[in-house]
Amino acid sequence: MQFTIEQTLKEAKGSAIEMKNLTKRFGNFTAVDGLRLDIGWGEIFGLLGPNGAGKTTTVNMLSTLLDPTEGEATVAGHDVVKNANEVRKVIGLCPQQPAYFPYLTGRENIELFGQLFSLPSKLLNERIELLAKRVGMEDDIDRRASHYSGGMIRRVSTIMALIHNPSVALLDEPTVAMDPVSRRSVWDFIKELRSQDKTIILTTHYMEEAQELSDRVGIIDEGRLIELGPPQELIDKYEVEDLEEVFVLRTGKRLREGV
Amino acid sequence: MDSRRVLALVKKNMKKLVRDPGTLFLLVLFPVVLTTVFGFAFGGIGESGPQSFEIGLVNLDDSSVHPEWADGFMANLSEKDDIILVIYDDNETGQADLLQGGIDALIVIPNDFGDSCQSYWSSPFDGSSWTNTSIGLYLDSGSLIATIAVPSIVQQVFLSTLFGNAQISLEVPVDLTKPQFISANAFSQWDYMVPGMFAFSAIFITVIVAQSMTVERSEGLLRRMSTTPLTSSDYMLSQSISYMVVAILQVAMIFLTSYLIGYRPATGIAGIGFALMILAVFSLSCVGLGLIAATFSNSADGATGLAFMIAMPQMFLGTFMPLGGIADTIASMMPSKYVTDALTTLFLRGAAIVTPSIWIDLALVITASIAVVFAGILVFERWGRGK
Repeated sequence: MQFTIEQTLKEAKGSAIEMKNLTKRFGNFTAVDGLRLDIGWGEIFGLLGPNGAGKTTTVNMLSTLLDPTEGEATVAGHDVVKNANEVRKVIGLCPQQPAYFPYLTGRENIELFGQLFSLPSKLLNERIELLAKRVGMEDDIDRRASHYSGGMIRRVSTIMALIHNPSVALLDEPTVAMDPVSRRSVWDFIKELRSQDKTIILTTHYMEEAQELSDRVGIIDEGRLIELGPPQELIDKYEVEDLEEVFVLRTGKRLREGV
Repeated sequence: MDSRRVLALVKKNMKKLVRDPGTLFLLVLFPVVLTTVFGFAFGGIGESGPQSFEIGLVNLDDSSVHPEWADGFMANLSEKDDIILVIYDDNETGQADLLQGGIDALIVIPNDFGDSCQSYWSSPFDGSSWTNTSIGLYLDSGSLIATIAVPSIVQQVFLSTLFGNAQISLEVPVDLTKPQFISANAFSQWDYMVPGMFAFSAIFITVIVAQSMTVERSEGLLRRMSTTPLTSSDYMLSQSISYMVVAILQVAMIFLTSYLIGYRPATGIAGIGFALMILAVFSLSCVGLGLIAATFSNSADGATGLAFMIAMPQMFLGTFMPLGGIADTIASMMPSKYVTDALTTLFLRGAAIVTPSIWIDLALVITASIAVVFAGILVFERWGRGK
């Protein structure tokens, strides 16, 4: 194995994301129940689970939108509660609901988020051109967002999350409603991010997506982590054909129920 | 506080103003249409004006050796059916009352009035021996036909005082000063309404703020932006600046529209600058009320309804609607009333920019607006943002 200075530095910095007994309750309902996870730098982590399993709640805690009820979590070494402002500087969130301003063009939506991250104008323009091309939006980037299809909105929403080149990307179902070609372009883009040592948490209902992209997956059900490991390891462990079968076996739920 | 983030959000809000038809109509086109319709509808009403005038009088000649001339002049004025005489002890009080619109005109009898009249009768045909003097005359340019009628009435009364009932026209040692605050125009109902139109239009900001905040919240935009380094104060400042700009734009649009249909305010650049300033400050209170409406609404439609309910008292009790009795008392609690009062003093009465009453109005609007916008921010941050 070849060791580089960058690798050594990353190891010195510790995990990109650490969750220790992370718990979130809404009244009597426990959405996330004592989650313990370490996610490394440059890792794509697939967070899987049926609807209501606690995936989005976990992402919301990591992105500082929700405070944990118990336990703690750090992102790039910053506590999500005590150093929320520092966390916000290093993350990029692509939410499940692709929030965008319909009266702005795709470019203007992205520009706005770049400006919220204080990106210099020249760099911002370069990044927009680059990322629009990467997800196949270069021809439509100057159209009003209200005229976009669901897939286009998803792609623009992904660029909005990544425009500032975050160290940690939280992608909550980024390829929902995309056609196969667009989905493939986003997959390639996510793989490219891994090669740049970005850490990505990816929640998805598409098991082939999780299998294709993730270095490791964690399956959660009713707020608890019930399975963890690289996709192929899990497939081998349960002696099944693919990750979808692992999912059904472990959660007892068909995927369509979860979608 | 990051100025670049604030500016980015202000630009975003301005794009919404131009590109969102609902916002564009309510904040820009509606005030223009309303101004045009009201201008044509009310432009011809009221030009006949009232038939009697309240005229203030200050007698500086009460310790004269010939007080009978001033007494006679005052008695003759009192006898006129179309004049209600109000006596002041000093010039300052009378001037202040005139500026506040309490009287239509102020006459100042000079301290050598009796001497002057006496000098005429001592040598009626020797002008060189007369003691020349002037009666001071100040007029409220907003007091309909007072500006036209009062100078001639005062001239008439003076001549009848000097010569009795004989109607003659000779050279005399007393003349009238050139009336101040005079305006050649007769005033219509429209002239009275215009100052209220500015505040009326700005109040619609409440509705737009309530709508847009509710939409940004329900669409997940507020949540998404709160995962960036954007602070709450950056966001709220951007909202305040955006709607201040909108208020200034509204003033310009209403002013231009009313000017094109014949409105001529009795003020200059300084007065218009003051109008821009007080409306920009007033818009803050509208932002505050909009935030309160958004806090307690679950949808854009609900926010619109609630915002209208909150804004309605200001629209009708503090702008161009005629008030009296209890309505007047309620209006005194509305910031819009002080905006309209200040603009009426400037635009209708032609008061100078240094007039204390308009600065008192501005101070009240600033105080109320800051209190309301802070209340709105606190309420929204506490109960509205995470709804």
